[in-house]
Amino acid sequence: MSDADPNSRRNAPALALHVPEPPYRPGDEPDFSSIVVPKAGEAPRPDTAAHPRETFPLTDHLVRVLDDEGRAVGPWDPKVDPDTLRKMLRDMVTVRVFDDRMYRAQRQGKTSFYMKCTGEEAIAVATAAAMHRDDMHFPTYRQQGLLVSRGYPLVKMMCQIYSNPGDHMKGRQLPIMYSDKEHGFFSISGNLGTQYPQAVGWAMASAIKEDSRIAMGWIGDGATAEGDFHSAMTFATVYNAPVILAVVNNQWAISSFSGIAGAERATFAARAVGYGMAGLRVDGNDALAVYAAVQWASERARSNNGPTLIEFFTYRAEGHSTSDDPTGYRPAGEAQAWPLGDPIARLKQHLVALGEWDDERHDALVKEADAEVRAAQKEAEKLGILPEQGRSNIESMFDDVYAELPWNLQEQRAACLKEAGHD
Amino acid sequence: MNMIQAINSAHKVMMARDPDVVVFGEDVGYFGGVFRATEGLQREFGKTRCFDAPISEGGIVGTAVGMAAYGLKPVIEIQFADYIYPGYDQIVSEVARMRYRTAAEWTMPMVIRTPYGGGIFGGQTHSQSPEALFTHVAGLKVVVPSTPYDAKGLLIAAIEDPDPVVFFEPKRIYNGPFDGHHDRPVTPWAKRAEAEVPDGHYTVPLGKAQVVRQGAELTVLTYGTMVHVALAAVEENGIDAEVIDLRTLVPLDMETIEASVKKTGRCLVVQEATRTSGFASELVTLVQERCFYHLEAPVERVTGWDTPYPHAYEWAYFPGPKRLKFALEKVMAD
Repeated sequence: MSDADPNSRRNAPALALHVPEPPYRPGDEPDFSSIVVPKAGEAPRPDTAAHPRETFPLTDHLVRVLDDEGRAVGPWDPKVDPDTLRKMLRDMVTVRVFDDRMYRAQRQGKTSFYMKCTGEEAIAVATAAAMHRDDMHFPTYRQQGLLVSRGYPLVKMMCQIYSNPGDHMKGRQLPIMYSDKEHGFFSISGNLGTQYPQAVGWAMASAIKEDSRIAMGWIGDGATAEGDFHSAMTFATVYNAPVILAVVNNQWAISSFSGIAGAERATFAARAVGYGMAGLRVDGNDALAVYAAVQWASERARSNNGPTLIEFFTYRAEGHSTSDDPTGYRPAGEAQAWPLGDPIARLKQHLVALGEWDDERHDALVKEADAEVRAAQKEAEKLGILPEQGRSNIESMFDDVYAELPWNLQEQRAACLKEAGHD
Repeated sequence: MNMIQAINSAHKVMMARDPDVVVFGEDVGYFGGVFRATEGLQREFGKTRCFDAPISEGGIVGTAVGMAAYGLKPVIEIQFADYIYPGYDQIVSEVARMRYRTAAEWTMPMVIRTPYGGGIFGGQTHSQSPEALFTHVAGLKVVVPSTPYDAKGLLIAAIEDPDPVVFFEPKRIYNGPFDGHHDRPVTPWAKRAEAEVPDGHYTVPLGKAQVVRQGAELTVLTYGTMVHVALAAVEENGIDAEVIDLRTLVPLDMETIEASVKKTGRCLVVQEATRTSGFASELVTLVQERCFYHLEAPVERVTGWDTPYPHAYEWAYFPGPKRLKFALEKVMAD
């Protein structure tokens, strides 16, 4: 009987395709007790010059600093001074208030689209606090905390969201696709994953020029499945690029859970070591753990000890965007059941435990942030909201395709202005 | 110089002039490239200026974007145009749109060099002419040289250009011009005037076509290898044609095209690439739109067939002397 004879397989078991399913769907009672949450302070902290393989145990662990009482414990405690902690708390609160206001602005028809980062504020804010101001970020659309933390004017963010004349991108980009060179924030693209090898290339350039600045690339759990994730990891290790590659694992890519991206059998951090890269898996709702991990990876990159992949383990507490309704694919109470809690509440608890904060000051901070965001919104709306835009300065639509306007665009611009009644 | 030596020379001139020029791609470092275009660059300028890349076109273009964002001027090589597709997302979504989407806060001064075209028994994945996939993308400039002199001058101009340039090198004519007569011995560049290439810096401006043969009764629009095939066909058929080497497809030198077609009243467009939605279609449309009342005959196209590039049927596929003869007769008879 030859190998090709179908009869030879008659007794073989039928093959089965495995399609991962999240544990809970709408109507289910979420129960995350099966998620292993190591105690704060448990994870060892290797030397920043450690060989990547020494970090392998940490890729299946969870670096945590804040314990249940809000105390900073263990070798990863970055010992951040209270002023810096208060600034981080303030930035996180500002981001959350900002998100709520802009979400509402979209619902009021003032703009077309918005994306919140609720529950993930600690990641971008603590990262910005741990890195140098002139390091370059290649963010996704959910790291608005980087801009807030680096002091980018809220009014400018809002003008971008409203596509109004205060938007330095001239209304060409979808809301939240910010860009600001001065604040080390690379232009956000709608194409997922593309920024990952770009971050590596920027870091390679810094090394080619014998600079001391480093780059950080950002990606979500879902987009790690893109080919650009693989090419970034390969180039980063081949050239020992001074880069930090962050995976923000918030469990959800629109409606698909992280298992569809490959999280069922291995953590995202575990992918690092296969490329010869250091990997860390970090409690993304623990601002101090985020700060400590980024500090570790920065020191490693800056000392030519190579790149690091950091998986920030967190939860996307809200819908994917203003165009998404999460009740269609996951239980309503999941965010509340999530075992790592809320990043703002946890940092607040820590500051209170240190005796550096209290409820009264916190309430005042929230009020202050709210007033600041409202004032910024008022200021931004003075320059216009989306429905009012797009009727003036139409000729600018044709600029910046190239450095100079070619003849075909000159002709098309004239035709467009005629069509719009501007000739 | 042959075309490879001219391209190599352009790299050397620009790497010496501008410390921000970096060159990388598959096999371009130590080995000097599978076509020798980057030979000696690593030895002369060091490993951080010219280096080998992993086999990842997406990674090569993606890292080049990051380098350009930093302030470098990457000149990257994609080994064959047929393998540019894994980098297509980065080229189309990132490189081409960066200046526009950021209102010039970030720009992408880079060159993507890639050998292209058929006539070498390269089969399906070593013969393609995908220029139309790039001329269709707003924000890219697309260049195709046809001589060593132009190759060096255009490449230097491309490296100095503030916009991203996709630079297609017709590999059939790297070593010598090819008139389409595959049964005759190849002539090297050495005997030709276009092989007189200055050692130093000079440019051939982007966006400027060249009238390579003056004529009165027909305009032939073409580029790359087909410039030589068209010139030969015109002579063989005794037609007083004006042959225009476009050199840059985007931005297109419409002025030169229009002046010529209005003078001759007839137009033939010649490309190697497949027909449907090819760049020739754009040229035919533009000529029809702008020269309609001067035309004495329908504008004709000579192109590759709408099939993948075949191996054994190379010369039945390649738009050679016979296809050109038929087309020339048709456009002159009407």
